[in-house]
Amino acid sequence: MPGKAAFFDVDGTLVRTNIVHAFAYYALNDGSWAGAAMRTAATALSSPLLWSIDQVSRKGFNQFFYRYYTGMSEDRLRLLAEDLFEDLLEGAIFPGAYDLIEEARLADCKVVLCTGALDFSVEPLVRHFGADDLIANQMQFVNGKATGRVQPPIVEGAHKARVIRDYCVKHGLNLEQSYAYSDSASDYPMLAVVGRPTAVNPDLRLRSLARSYEWPILDLR
Amino acid sequence: MRKLNPLNVAPLTRPTRESEELVVTIDRQSAPRVLFSGEDLILADLPIGTRVIYPRPPIQGVPNPRAAIRYAINHPEGADPLHAQLKPGMKVTVALDDISLPLPPMRTPDIRQLVLEVVLELLADSGIDDVHLIIANSLHRRMTEAEMKRMVGARIFEAFHPDRYYNHDAEDKDGIVEFERTAHGEVVAVNRRAAESDLLIYVNLNLVPMDGGHKSVGVGLSNYASLRAHHNAGTLRKTQSYMDPARSHMHKSTDRIGRVIDQHLNVFHIETVINNRMFDGPVDFLGKNEDSYSELDRLKLEGLRFTLKKLPRAAKRKVFMNVPAGYSMIGCFAGATEACHQRTLELCFRQYAVPVEGPSDIVIAGIPYISPYNVNSILNPLLVQCMGLGYLFNLHRGQPLVKKGGTLILTHPCPDEFDPEHHPSYIEFFHRLLPETRDAMVLEHKYEQAFAEDPSYIHLYRKGHAYHGAHPFYMWYWGEAGRQHVGQTIVAGAENNHVPELLGWGHTASLDEAIDQARGIHGRNASISVFHCPPILIADVV
Repeated sequence: MPGKAAFFDVDGTLVRTNIVHAFAYYALNDGSWAGAAMRTAATALSSPLLWSIDQVSRKGFNQFFYRYYTGMSEDRLRLLAEDLFEDLLEGAIFPGAYDLIEEARLADCKVVLCTGALDFSVEPLVRHFGADDLIANQMQFVNGKATGRVQPPIVEGAHKARVIRDYCVKHGLNLEQSYAYSDSASDYPMLAVVGRPTAVNPDLRLRSLARSYEWPILDLR
Repeated sequence: MRKLNPLNVAPLTRPTRESEELVVTIDRQSAPRVLFSGEDLILADLPIGTRVIYPRPPIQGVPNPRAAIRYAINHPEGADPLHAQLKPGMKVTVALDDISLPLPPMRTPDIRQLVLEVVLELLADSGIDDVHLIIANSLHRRMTEAEMKRMVGARIFEAFHPDRYYNHDAEDKDGIVEFERTAHGEVVAVNRRAAESDLLIYVNLNLVPMDGGHKSVGVGLSNYASLRAHHNAGTLRKTQSYMDPARSHMHKSTDRIGRVIDQHLNVFHIETVINNRMFDGPVDFLGKNEDSYSELDRLKLEGLRFTLKKLPRAAKRKVFMNVPAGYSMIGCFAGATEACHQRTLELCFRQYAVPVEGPSDIVIAGIPYISPYNVNSILNPLLVQCMGLGYLFNLHRGQPLVKKGGTLILTHPCPDEFDPEHHPSYIEFFHRLLPETRDAMVLEHKYEQAFAEDPSYIHLYRKGHAYHGAHPFYMWYWGEAGRQHVGQTIVAGAENNHVPELLGWGHTASLDEAIDQARGIHGRNASISVFHCPPILIADVV
């Protein structure tokens, strides 16, 4: 009998941070005072623009936002990712997240984190939860420097559904028996593609969708 | 020396209604009968010759409940008095029945509070500090803090909550202990704190004969693996009736499990029996024979019907939920599981049992707004089914009130409404599984375990206030014996077609049409009985 998996979105679902928090952390710890100030100021000034793009398209937001990483050192980012986890992410994990992941494991599910965040930022979290796998965006690096572009296809929106379907085919998992958890309506495709979706700490749109489709609603906060 | 009446049982000071008055035959002079239809009351002009079966009037309560409780724990059945079992420094757990009973919730102080006040004082006087209070909610939803406080009173709540007064968690793998299986291979699992205590005191509130006895600990403090032994389609199909523990297959299983528990644990039961005063004050007429309504009763009825007609359903529900019942304790027994429960059952049947001559071709019953599983919530379609084919069908001893192949007519609007906080797994069961099959065996085999192990449903059960993922299956099995027995179920007054159809029921706009339809099947001379419940009665069909 094929196995099943539980796919967890990360930002807003298991932790209260998002990709902007991660970038802000990297920017503030960029080495030189000038570099840190420049990146932080640029991000702060772009906030209205970023917010507007996010309202239109989460995918567009991510693609646009990851450009801010341009020129950052791969080694340094990977090193800072460990500090990011200790300083920021670990304390931002929702209290109920541990139970939910444990309950998924007890139900014989392969635990997979599926996020639009960058892989190196989330890897410490994957180890912390003892998750089986990670589906995340991967930054392109040339000569050890970030290009600001992620490797296609970007893990977001409809593509999350596609990578989850492909993942199940590749690992011989039953998509209909699998679970997905997310906090955002932008993850509707990811939730709709599995047989057993659940809205977690949902925003207004997702709460309304979950009510319409009669999906369970959890609050891990 | 003259033998004194025991203080723990209500004296028969008030004459009960003559038995012939409990079964009234409709004639030309009869008033219309008042039946529940969810949150509404309908007036039914019944065909001449219809039998209407009424509950017994409430037995008068014991004059001093605290004295009755003290008497019971000092004069237990088959066990040493409670005070003789206590030693300083003991570890004691007190388990309590949850909010699923009584229905509707009773006026404060709740009887459980009275029992706790007596017991906790005794424990404190005996130098026992290590005391935990656990709500034996099994796979029911966790009670909210407000509900917990209401049940035990502010003083006990403040002293024990949250560290020493909490809900049982059937999904806490570390919090459950398993003993050896029964000779029938049934899993025996009990809450760890209760199992590791020197003494487990179970405070029961016995609403119906199904409750109490071995079921208290063996179900209330157990887990899904253990419940599977008796909460399954096969057992419930054979169980007629679960209100008759002596003949119930389900109770045979819980008794076997309970006997294993009693071998391992020192369990001291305190069982309380209440009367059936479900309605009093402004709604006291609901417990009366309509032919004996006074002008004031008729005025109250019309006033209530007018108000209900003007209110949206949620507000009507609120109105009813906010009228607590004026139950009184009519008996309290304590001691060893079986000896104590035997006394409880005798008194329970004294309140509820109504002799009825033979079954009928057609039985009519009004489904009220409440069931054990929707206190402060919605009676969703699955619970309507559970009330009709489950509870109301099973309120009999001897044989069912409706003949094999007969027609059960229920009155309820059957709205497609669910409470996503309390009943999330019910929604999926009703809308995803029932369109595929209504066969309880198939549902159990194919889907029950997946629902029971669903991480989302488990999380909602453990951290929210949701019934366990397996619970909607139990509700379906609860109606299984009724489903196998009746020829057809017709719901009168359903506001939509799809809910009755998903439940496998016929539907009509009015009760008259439903009776005509049933007579079309059974003939013009078909016998008809009306089960005038609530308040609760148990038909002793001979």
